[in-house]
Amino acid sequence: MTVPLIEARHAGRVLHGEITTTLVSDVNLRVMPGEFVAITGPSGSGKSSLLYLLGLLDIPTEGDVFIGDRATKALDENHRADLRLAMLGFVFQFHFLLPEFSALENVLLPMRALGHLNDTKKRERARELLTTLGLADHLWKRPDQLSGGQRQRVAIARALANEPSVILADEPTGNLDTVSSAQVVSILRKIVDEEKKAVVIVTHDPALAAKADRQIQIIDGRIAKESSPKDHAATAAS
Amino acid sequence: MTLIFDIAWTHVTARLRQTLVGIFGVATGIGFSVMMAGLLEGSQKDFIKQLVDSMPHISVTDEQREVPIQPATKEFDATEFRSLSTETERRGIKNPLALMEALESWLPGSVAPSVTTKALIRSGGRDLAVSIIGIDPKREKNVSKLESQMIEGQLDSLYKASNAIILGDGLAEKLGVTVGASLSLATTKGAPVFARVVGLSHAGNRMTDDNQAIVLLKTAQILDGRTALINEIRIRADDVMAAETLANRVEKQVGYKSTSWQESHQDILSAFQIRNAIMVMVVGAILLVASFGTYNIISTITHEKTRDIAIMKSVGLRSATVRSIFVFEAAMIGLAGTLIGWILGYTLCVLVGMIEFRSGFTDLTHLPILYAPKHYALAGAVGLLSSLIAGFFPARKAARVQPVDIIRGAS
Repeated sequence: MTVPLIEARHAGRVLHGEITTTLVSDVNLRVMPGEFVAITGPSGSGKSSLLYLLGLLDIPTEGDVFIGDRATKALDENHRADLRLAMLGFVFQFHFLLPEFSALENVLLPMRALGHLNDTKKRERARELLTTLGLADHLWKRPDQLSGGQRQRVAIARALANEPSVILADEPTGNLDTVSSAQVVSILRKIVDEEKKAVVIVTHDPALAAKADRQIQIIDGRIAKESSPKDHAATAAS
Repeated sequence: MTLIFDIAWTHVTARLRQTLVGIFGVATGIGFSVMMAGLLEGSQKDFIKQLVDSMPHISVTDEQREVPIQPATKEFDATEFRSLSTETERRGIKNPLALMEALESWLPGSVAPSVTTKALIRSGGRDLAVSIIGIDPKREKNVSKLESQMIEGQLDSLYKASNAIILGDGLAEKLGVTVGASLSLATTKGAPVFARVVGLSHAGNRMTDDNQAIVLLKTAQILDGRTALINEIRIRADDVMAAETLANRVEKQVGYKSTSWQESHQDILSAFQIRNAIMVMVVGAILLVASFGTYNIISTITHEKTRDIAIMKSVGLRSATVRSIFVFEAAMIGLAGTLIGWILGYTLCVLVGMIEFRSGFTDLTHLPILYAPKHYALAGAVGLLSSLIAGFFPARKAARVQPVDIIRGAS
């Protein structure tokens, strides 16, 4: 049996503030290679919080999140950062690019931090990624010189830079017009189909969710409904 | 490491206006503390210099520190005597030439003999009581500033005429005489002596300039009625600040009262300690204010980058890496600010040093500025340190933040 890329085991996240808030509760979830998973649910349901847990941006208060077969809850910050750098790529609703750096430099950032390739190879790869995403003419533009869709594609290029096994995207089309949205979705789909990476997106857009292999509906921090790839195939066929 | 440098450099150059404000903030702080330190310490040094120059560093006079013990006291061990005439001491230092020779053999400095006495100057119907100082011009040049204070003639002019005299310029004005005039000197002890004015001196001190006349040793001795009298030996120490210790040694050796400039200006010097404390406080306060300014600007720059910190951390940069970026930025701003601050400080010192002061009591003067590397080092160290601290703490705080908290806030 293949090892899941990311696995949540009874993962929960409770915020202890003036009022104790449960963001995520007892979630069991496996993300397999070549899977496109959509996490849906009403706003405030905890779907983003779940994504942050899966992406090691946050630490579960209950249960654990495994990357491969590695438990991550007990890891220190540096280890978690290193795992994010090498294994995971993020795309957020807002582009979250460094504003003073060009598109190319933004894509170079994770590669330079990882330091696996030499400088020429890094540049080649960054150029290649941006070209594939249709940004060949915008390599040296800063984020404020790009449109929303272009920025989001730069963010995707950056997420792909270190060849992570999983791309995590939080409302990647939330701020985009329909044309750009469709572009982003087809890119993500391609990543799954052609590169056998896993993609996990959080969205409340049913059209986008429908493009996924698997839909997981979150209500009040729990998994309320899960539709299998077969169901998806069945719905697609009908 | 190059990644850290590149990001820091890009941040600093991309936000040029903000960076310049930061650099200028550091630079003004450093510049003004350098200027104030130079001004305060300069005026202090200048004041001490004037004190020191106004008189010999050490003066050995024909006095004893203790009240002389009368022979009857020694003889009878009595506590009180009445109707006894006391033994008066002969004035003057005994065997001055041998004594000077003995001092010169070890003392790091120069030695010159002098005679001080009082006389009445009579000129054109005007009488003025003045103090007469008899000197040896050749030796005097080594121990006092007299030579440089001559405004007309030279010390050597004293050799040009018999009974030549150099007057303070204030005195000459009071008497209404100029160089070449002759006047008569009278004392209680001898016959009046006719003297010729061969020079004028200006010490810049009214007490001296209005009341002092300089003659040759021989002339002063004649006026005092005693040949070979020397009642003061003046010493100029090579190291001004060592005068006090030297004076003690001299006193032990020769037995006469030796007064260092420190001792004769004790009151002023103790006032100086207070001034010193004030100076340290003023410069300290400026540095403190400057470092707060630095802290403020740099920590603001860091705070504004919180979002970037979250981005870098979510991508997978370690906290330490992110922190280094901001400390590096602070260091760059601090370093540039320090360099510009030094230039600014130096320029301010030069400018302030050019301001002229003219008052009724003193000559035309400039503000005294001390150019000391230690001021630059101190101000630079404080500036750099506060920049680093200002970069470090907000960066550490920001780097500790879980990126998810910022991402949540932003979306």
